[in-house]
Amino acid sequence: MISSEFLRQLSSLAAALFLLTAFSLLAQRHMRAFLGWFAVQGILLAATSALVAFSTGIYELYVSAFLALILKGFLMPWLLWRIVIQLGVNREVEPLINIFPTMLIAATLVLFAYYVSLPIQKTTLVMTRNIIAIGLACVLIGMLIMITRRKAITQVVGYLAMENALFFTATAATHGMPLVVEIGIAFDVLIAALIFGLFFFQIRETFDSLDLRHLEDKS
Amino acid sequence: MTLWLLNILQASLLIGLAPLTVAALRKMKAILQNRRGPGLLQVYRDLAKLFCKEPILPQGASWIFRLTPYVVFAATALACAIVPVVLTKTPLSAAADVITLVGLFALARFFTALGAMDTGTAFGGMGASREMTFAALAEPAMLMGVFVLSMAAESTNLSTMIHTMHMSHLGLRPSLAFALTALLLVAIAETGRIPVDNPSTHLELTMIHEAMILEYSGRYLALIEWANQMKLLLFATLLINLFSPWGIAEEISGSALLIALGTWAVKLLLLLGMLALLETSMAKMRIFRLPEYLGLAFLVAILGMLTHYILEGPT
Amino acid sequence: MSTTFIVLAGPAIALLVPFTSLALTRARGLRNLVTNLLLAGSGLITTATGLVGMLSPPHTLILPLGLPWLPMHLRLDALAGFFLVVIGLMTASVGIYSVGYLRAQAKEINLTLLDISMALFIIGMQGVVLADDAYTFMIFWEVMSVSSYFLVVFEHEKEANRKAGFLYLLMAHLGALLILSSFSILYAAGQSFEFETMRVVELTPLWASLAFLSAGLGFGMKAGLIPLHVWLPEAHPVAPSNASALMSGVMIKVAVFGFLRVIWDLVGLHQAQEWWGGLVLAAGSSSAVGGVLMALQQHNLKRLLAYSSVENIGIITIGLGLAMIFAHFGYPALAALGLVAALYHTLNHALFKGLLFMGAGAILHATHHRNLDHLGGLIRRMPFTAILFLIGCISISGLPPFNGFVSEWLTFQAGLMAPKLAGSPLSALIPFSAAMLALAGALTATCFIKVFGVVFQGTPRTRAAAEAQEVDSWMLSGMAVPAVLCILLGVFPVWVIPFIDKISLLLLPSNLGLSAANGSWLWLTPMSPERASYAPLIVMGTTIFAGWVAYLFYRRGRPVRRAVIWSCGHPDLNPRMQYTAVSFSQPLRQIFTLVYQPQEVVARLNHGHASLIKRVRYSVHTQDLAWKYIYLPIKHSIEWMTRRMDWFQALRIHGHLSLIFLTLLILLGFLI
Repeated sequence: MISSEFLRQLSSLAAALFLLTAFSLLAQRHMRAFLGWFAVQGILLAATSALVAFSTGIYELYVSAFLALILKGFLMPWLLWRIVIQLGVNREVEPLINIFPTMLIAATLVLFAYYVSLPIQKTTLVMTRNIIAIGLACVLIGMLIMITRRKAITQVVGYLAMENALFFTATAATHGMPLVVEIGIAFDVLIAALIFGLFFFQIRETFDSLDLRHLEDKS
Repeated sequence: MTLWLLNILQASLLIGLAPLTVAALRKMKAILQNRRGPGLLQVYRDLAKLFCKEPILPQGASWIFRLTPYVVFAATALACAIVPVVLTKTPLSAAADVITLVGLFALARFFTALGAMDTGTAFGGMGASREMTFAALAEPAMLMGVFVLSMAAESTNLSTMIHTMHMSHLGLRPSLAFALTALLLVAIAETGRIPVDNPSTHLELTMIHEAMILEYSGRYLALIEWANQMKLLLFATLLINLFSPWGIAEEISGSALLIALGTWAVKLLLLLGMLALLETSMAKMRIFRLPEYLGLAFLVAILGMLTHYILEGPT
Repeated sequence: MSTTFIVLAGPAIALLVPFTSLALTRARGLRNLVTNLLLAGSGLITTATGLVGMLSPPHTLILPLGLPWLPMHLRLDALAGFFLVVIGLMTASVGIYSVGYLRAQAKEINLTLLDISMALFIIGMQGVVLADDAYTFMIFWEVMSVSSYFLVVFEHEKEANRKAGFLYLLMAHLGALLILSSFSILYAAGQSFEFETMRVVELTPLWASLAFLSAGLGFGMKAGLIPLHVWLPEAHPVAPSNASALMSGVMIKVAVFGFLRVIWDLVGLHQAQEWWGGLVLAAGSSSAVGGVLMALQQHNLKRLLAYSSVENIGIITIGLGLAMIFAHFGYPALAALGLVAALYHTLNHALFKGLLFMGAGAILHATHHRNLDHLGGLIRRMPFTAILFLIGCISISGLPPFNGFVSEWLTFQAGLMAPKLAGSPLSALIPFSAAMLALAGALTATCFIKVFGVVFQGTPRTRAAAEAQEVDSWMLSGMAVPAVLCILLGVFPVWVIPFIDKISLLLLPSNLGLSAANGSWLWLTPMSPERASYAPLIVMGTTIFAGWVAYLFYRRGRPVRRAVIWSCGHPDLNPRMQYTAVSFSQPLRQIFTLVYQPQEVVARLNHGHASLIKRVRYSVHTQDLAWKYIYLPIKHSIEWMTRRMDWFQALRIHGHLSLIFLTLLILLGFLI
C-alpha cells in the first residue's frame, strides 16, 4: 500500500493531467491529433482507475480500468478515425471562434466549476472536492467542444469527452461506481457510437457532407 | 566579504563561459546535422577579432547608437551578477529580484531598439518594431510563470526562491510543471532561438533580433554579440536552478561548490542538447504565428496558476 | 505660522496672476515673464504646503465665504498634502516652461484669457484638494472644469477644437452630476455637508454601494478610465501644451484624489463590499491595456500621450483595486503596499507625463508639426530636448533605474504577494491583472520607442523638421525640473516612501512602517528582505559605469571613422525609406484586429497598366471601440427618443392650451 499523502499527490497529478488533455482537445487543429489526444485521455482514465484500484484494494476497478483502456483508449478513437477516412471528411477541425478566445473561456469555466463546487462538504478524502471541481470543469469543457466546433464528428468526441470526465470524477473522487452500472454505461456508449456512425453515413448520403450547416438549411 | 567575492566570481564565470555555451550548442547542432562544425574556441576567436577591428559608424548615427552596446552589456552583466549559479546566497540578489531581472532585460532591449531606429533604415525600424511587439506579448506569459513559482516559494528574491525549491520537499506539483513549460516557451522567444527567430539567418526579411544590429561593427558588435550569448546562458541557468536545483551549494565549502559546479555543467549540457535537438528538428515559424505561440505559453501558465489554486495550497 | 497662512499662501499667489495680467496688458514681454513666474512661485509654495501637510497633524480652517449657514471648510491632512505636492511641482515646472513657450506667441494670442484660465484652473485644483465640505468641493470642482474648458477651446478658430471642447464640457458635467449624487447620499445619511460628519456616518449596504458606484463613475469619468475616457484624447491634444501638461499630469490625478477622499475616507473601507475592489481592479486592468493599445495606433503626438495617460490611470487604479481587495479580506499591510504603489505612480506619472507634454510642446514650437510622420532626426537639431524627452520615455516605459520602474515594481509586488483569498473568485483575478499590467508595461515601451525613434532619430522627413531650432532655456529649465525629479525618485525611493506611507496610516488601519527602509538607505524592501528587495543605486551605478566606459573609449585615440550607412548594400537611402509611426505599429494592428477593426484603403496610381505603378497611397483608420459600441448607440437612441417627442412642438395654440388645462385638472385632483 502506498501512503495516503503520496496517493493524494498522485490523484492531484492525475487530475492536472486530465485537465491538460481536456485543454489539448480544445486546442487541436488537425483531426488526427484531436483523436490522438482523445485516446490519451482514455488511457489516462485507465491508469487512474488502476491506481485507485491498487491503493484501495477494490478489484472491480481493475475491470473498469481494462474496459476503459480497450474501449476508450483504442476502440472508439479507431472507429472514429475509420469513419473520418471512409467518409473522406476534411482532416481539419473547424472551430467557430478562434482558438485563443476559446481557451480563455475554458479557463473561466474551470474557475466557475471550482467556485460552484466550493460548498461541497469535505469528506474523508481531502482531495475529493477539488477533484470534483476539475471533473466538473472537464465536463463543461466537453460541452464547450460540442458548441464551438462545426463538424459532426468533433461534436461526438465532445460528448464522449464529457462522459470521460464523469467517469474520471467518479473514479478519483468516490472510488468508482458499482460495476454493473459501469458495464451498462460502457455498452450504452458503444451502442451510441455505432448509431452515430450509422447516422453519419446516412447524413453523408443525403447531403454529401457532414457539415452541420447543411442540416440547418431546409432548402 | 567572501560572499561578495564569490558573487563576483560567479558573475565572471557566467560572462566568461557564455561564448563557450554558444559554441557547445553549435557543436551539438553540427553533430546532429552530420557535420563537424566549428571548434569550441572559435567563438572566442571571433569575439577577439571583432574587438580588434576598427568600428565604423554610420554617418547619421547619434550618441545613442554609440552608447547602446555599453548599456546592453552592462545591464546583462549586472543580470549575471544577480542570478545564483553555484551558491544560493548571493548578496547582489538582494539588489534585484526576478521582476528587476525582467526589467534589466527590458532596458537592454529598449536601448537596442533605439540604436536600431537611430540608423534611419527600413531594416532597423522593422527589427525594432517586431522585437518590441513580440517581447511585449511574451511578458504576460513570463509573469504568470513567475507568479506560480513565487507563490510556491513565497518570494520573488532569486536566492530565496532557489533555496526554497531546493530545501522543501515539494513532491509532484503539476503547477510547477506547467510553469516550467510556459517559461521554456518564453525563454526560446526571449533568447531568439528557432522556432521563434533564426540567429544565423542572412535573409533580412526573416530577422527579428538580427535586424536591429545590422549596422554595428568592431567592438560595438562584439559587446552586443557577447551580451546575447550571456542572455542565453542566463536563461538556461535560471531555468535549471529554479526548477531543478539539486546539487547547488547551500554553504561556502570547497567540496560543495565543486559539486555544484559539476552538476550545473551537466544540467546545462543536457538543456543545450535538448535545445539543439529542437532547433535541428523544427523550422522557424511564420512571424504571425508567433502570437499563437506566445498565447499558448500564456495559457499553459494560466493552467499552472489554476492547478495551483485548485489542487494545491491550503484549501 | 498660522494655519491660514500655510493653507492659503499657494492659492493666494495664484490669485494674483489675473490681476497682474490685467495690470500689465501693455508690456507684453514683461507680463509674460511676471505672470508665469508668479504661477511658478505659487507652485513652489504649494509644494511646501503639501510637505507641511504630510509631516504634521491635520490643519483645519474655516473661512467666512460661501453660504451663510455653510462657511467654507478647508483641511490640510496627509492625503491633501501629497496631492498638493503633485500639483505644486508640476505648476512650478509648467510656470517656468510657459515663460519660453508663450513668449513667441505673446504678441498674437489673448494672453489675458490664458492667464485668467490658468490661474483659476490651478486655484480650482488646490481648492478641491483642500476642501472639507461637499459644497466647497463642488464649487472648486466646477471652477476647475470650466476654466480648463476655456483652456481646451483656446484656439477656437478651428471647429474640431470647439467640438472637442463641447464633448469635454458635456462629460465633465455628467461626472460632476454623478459626484454630486454621491454627496447627496452622504448628506441624506448625516444631514450635513461637512466631511467631518460624513466620515462617521454609517450607510446601509445598498446606499453605500450606490454612493460607491456614482462616485466611482463620476471620478472615473474625470480620471479617464475606459470606457469613460473618450473625452481625454479629444480634449488634451487641442489645448496649448503647457495647459495639456497640467491637465494630463495633474487634473486627472485630482480625480484620483477625489476617489480616495470620497470612497476611502468618507464612506470608509470598512463599509466596502467584496465586489468593490474587484470592480476597481477590473476597470484598472482594462484601462491599462486598452489605453496603451489605442496609444500605439496614434500618429498625433499629443493624442498618443493622452491615450497613454488613460493607461497610466489604469495602472494607478490597479494598485487601488488591489489595496481595496486586501483591506476587505483583512490584510492591512498588503493593502498599504497597494496604496503606496498607486500613490507613488500618481506622483511619477505627473512628473513624466508633464515632461513629455512639455517636450511635445517644444517640438510643436520648433517644427509646427503634430504628426509624428512629419518629423525625424530632431536629436541633432534639438539635442537637449532630446535628452529630456528620452528621460521621460524611459521613465514611462517602466525601466530601471528610473522612477516608473519603482512604482510598477511595487504594484507587481502587491499583486504577487497575494495570498489565497478565502473562497473568492478574486484570487484568480489578481494574477490575471498582474499579467495584464505586465503586458501594458511592455506595450508602453514599444509605444515610446516608436515615438522617440520616429521623432528624434533617423533623418528628417520634412523641411520643417530639418530646419528646427533648439528651444530657449526657459522651456528647457521647465522640462529639466521633472526630469531631474524622475531620476531622483527612481534612485532614492527609500526617502520618498515614508512620506507616502503617512497616507496609509490615515486611510487604512496600518502602514508599511519601517520595513520600507529596513537596514539602510540602499535597499527598498516593502515587506521583508526575504520576500523582495530592490537596490536602485546599484542599477544606476552600473549604468553610469557603462556610460563612463563608453566615454573613455570616445576620448581615447582618434575619433571613430564614419562612413555611408551600409543598409545591406542599398544605395541612395532617403528619408522616405524609414519606418513611420504607422508602419511601426503594423504588427500590432495585425495581431489585435478585433480591438482595432482597422479600415485600410490602398490606392494605386499607375502609368496606364496595372503593373506600372507610379504611386501608392495607403491610409488606415483605427477607431476607438468605445465610440462605436457605447457612445454612438447612446447618441442614436437619444436622437430617436427626441424625434418621437417632436409632435410636442408641433401643437398649435389649442393644443398648448389643452395641455395647460389638463395639468391644472390633475393638480386640483391631487390636492383635493
